Amino acid sequence: MNTDVITDIAQAEEGTSLWQDAWVRLRKNHLAVFGLVVLVTMIVIALLTPWIAPYAYDAQNLDLGASPPSAAHWLGTDVFGRDLLTQIMYGGRISLAVGFIATSVALLIGVTWGAIAGYVGGRTDAIMMRLVDILYALPFMIFIVLLMVVFGRNMVLLFLAIGAVEWLTMARIMRGQVQSLRQQEFVEAAVSLGLSPATIIRRHLVPNALGPIIVYTTLTIPSVMLLEAFLSFLGLGIQPPQTSWGLLISYGAETMEEYPWLLIYPGLTLTITLFSLNFLGDGLRDALDVRGSKD
Amino acid sequence: MGRFLAIRLLQAIPVILAVITVTFFLVRVAPGGPFDSEKAVLPEVKAALEAQYRLDLPLFQQYTAYLGDLAQGDFGPSFKYPGRSVNELIGAGLPVTAELGLYALLIATVIGGLAGVIASLRPNTPQDYIPMALAMIGICMPTFLLGPLLVLLFGIELEWLPVSGWGDIPGDKLLPSITLGAAYAAYIARLSRAGMLEVLSQDYIRTARAKGLPEWQVVVKHGLRGGLLPVVAFLGPAFAGLLAGSFVVETIFQIPGLGRFYVQAAFNRDYTMILGTTVFLSTLIVLFNLLSDVLAAWLNPRLRHQFGGKA
Repeated sequence: MNTDVITDIAQAEEGTSLWQDAWVRLRKNHLAVFGLVVLVTMIVIALLTPWIAPYAYDAQNLDLGASPPSAAHWLGTDVFGRDLLTQIMYGGRISLAVGFIATSVALLIGVTWGAIAGYVGGRTDAIMMRLVDILYALPFMIFIVLLMVVFGRNMVLLFLAIGAVEWLTMARIMRGQVQSLRQQEFVEAAVSLGLSPATIIRRHLVPNALGPIIVYTTLTIPSVMLLEAFLSFLGLGIQPPQTSWGLLISYGAETMEEYPWLLIYPGLTLTITLFSLNFLGDGLRDALDVRGSKD
Repeated sequence: MGRFLAIRLLQAIPVILAVITVTFFLVRVAPGGPFDSEKAVLPEVKAALEAQYRLDLPLFQQYTAYLGDLAQGDFGPSFKYPGRSVNELIGAGLPVTAELGLYALLIATVIGGLAGVIASLRPNTPQDYIPMALAMIGICMPTFLLGPLLVLLFGIELEWLPVSGWGDIPGDKLLPSITLGAAYAAYIARLSRAGMLEVLSQDYIRTARAKGLPEWQVVVKHGLRGGLLPVVAFLGPAFAGLLAGSFVVETIFQIPGLGRFYVQAAFNRDYTMILGTTVFLSTLIVLFNLLSDVLAAWLNPRLRHQFGGKA
């Protein structure tokens, strides 16, 4: 403890930035580092999949059928003789893409909404946040199912629908941040310089609220991925010929009695990824010293 | 208390109305009519059907008529199963889903609460780490994965428990309830641990210890009431999650509950059924959130004044 304090002081004298400081703290958190490493690995694999996947995505071997893990097929094959590892790699591209894109949608709407409400204040703020309160009370899981049924199961809609659900908390967090920031001198200075509200929000408020935004984003990604997997499992999310981890788990569950590996490996992949993201999010929260509840 | 309850009830009404309105118009703008089948239907038959389902009226009149039906507790007929009404399906499915949800909630609160309190008594020891690590697994393991895995282990490998059904064979209610409750047990364990840790460091706990109360009495009589507050506040939102979870669990274990009906209706594009169940489930969720707020206020008078003062 004592040495920590001393190094902290020493670093303060060298003039470490908030980010360097956070990085040092994050690196001490083994679980968070583990999460980061796993996540980066997953992303790299997902990006390189078309080149490094052991088999082609649509390669079938009907003579082989479902076979347990072997030297030729590390994680086994499904009933059509398709390589499971290849399926998981391609599925991961979709699962991760949904996670990141839908979270970006949520981030964009939430940060903009919260920043405007917090900055303008007054009646606008009251109306905007009241709307958020009302939307919060809506049972969104049911609404997403409804949306997928009504508008067909397409992926863009899936991104938008999930993003549209997850922005609410982001808006609340952002509003709280902006409300406390806008009282500070540097914002007053920006106002007196005649900058437009949009510029002030973009240049001065958002960068200063980055900590909570990053932490909450990291924690939103796993819940978005879970939502996608949930919908795909029910058959309302990703549709064949595309695949995702949720869809693979759903197929695996159907045939688990005879071919348990088809359930276990996709399940393991999804669980490890969710674990990593949660650990990383918790670690970032501690490292960036963001208080407040997760929800 | 009455005033608080009244305010909260009034706030719930616009939310429920919004749900009804949005769902109604969403379902109506959905592409494809309910009777667009491959078979050509005689124009007279089609007209008769449309009249029966009031599709011949202007949209807004359909809406007001639907509101009128709802006010009388009539959720409308099913599109896909002529002769069956949404009310009948809800009547058949609700008791099953309610029972499943109740067991799951019971498992979640008892096991989760116990684990959280036990962990909070000796923080940063194995007594804390082990339950919390298990809780983390519970949170990260999705219901739709846990269910099949439990079936694989206890149903197929060990053959201890039935793999599906509800109330047909003794013991077949156990796996679905555990599957549905596990994630909530994990959340409740984390919440109650955090809540207890905060409460146990308060002055009045020190006072209780100082006057010589045995430790279990300090924990049970003085600690739990404050420490479990976050859990009570969580129960409302948890209810919504439990319903969504029941979609999955009822599908996996082939339980004839509301969740399975809902998923089936979604697949069949049974629009009135979706509309009816969405309105019904949403109202239920809004009311449960209300109930959990009221309960939290009842346990913590400070909250009550906050709400009363704001409104």
